[in-house]
Amino acid sequence: MSFLSDQPLDLGALVARVTAPERGGIACFVGVVRDHHEGRRVLRLEYSAYDAMAEAECARIASEAEAKWDVRVALAHRVGTLEIGEAAVAMAAAAAHRDAAFAACRYLIEQVKRRVPIWKREYFADGTVSWVEPRQTARPAEAPAEARPGTPPPPDHTGHTDWGV
Amino acid sequence: MTVSTASTVTVRVLLFGSYAEAAGQTSLTLSVPAPATVASVLRLLRARADGARLPERPLCAVNLAHARLDTAVSQGDEIAILPPLAGG
Repeated sequence: MSFLSDQPLDLGALVARVTAPERGGIACFVGVVRDHHEGRRVLRLEYSAYDAMAEAECARIASEAEAKWDVRVALAHRVGTLEIGEAAVAMAAAAAHRDAAFAACRYLIEQVKRRVPIWKREYFADGTVSWVEPRQTARPAEAPAEARPGTPPPPDHTGHTDWGV
Repeated sequence: MTVSTASTVTVRVLLFGSYAEAAGQTSLTLSVPAPATVASVLRLLRARADGARLPERPLCAVNLAHARLDTAVSQGDEIAILPPLAGG
């Protein structure tokens, strides 16, 4: 299964992949390109990836989610040039009930942002172009998720509170 | 292809994003004294023009998995130096 795509993402196709008669709850998340960054107007983004590792890391993240919760998940990340409003990342998690679906979906997006080697260049309305370099709050291989400020694991009813890798 | 002796390991180093831009290249081959770690690869890289602008502790991967600075590096490994991740 390929997780990276240079074509528009199809959330419906991801939902179809996780749908099953016994799964009554499907949670989805779609991250889209926004038109501003730190007060400046953005025209478009250009995503690039370390393809082989991004594929491997997405596969690991999906497997982890399916091991932590009784869910089926699907995710995809776009690469290439994206216009405002286009989906950069999309995912779906299906479970018997909504709690596990939401928890797994949240896990997917947080881990994708933290671990998958993808970068983006912003094209601003004023003509400048720059790499987006978020302040790295944790080193994926070293820092446990619990040590990170800002992403407290929300309580759920599955008993899973460990968001660590 | 660089020939390595028993006292060195030869690795392929990949650079991405702003690091590749700063170095003017996306990959290079390095021979590092054995036993090698991610940190010793970085030290060697930083001594060259290619890596002079790398931060103190960049994110790194060995063979497609996130690695620590003290992760051991073996002959033929692929070491990637990763700018701050910006997926999603």
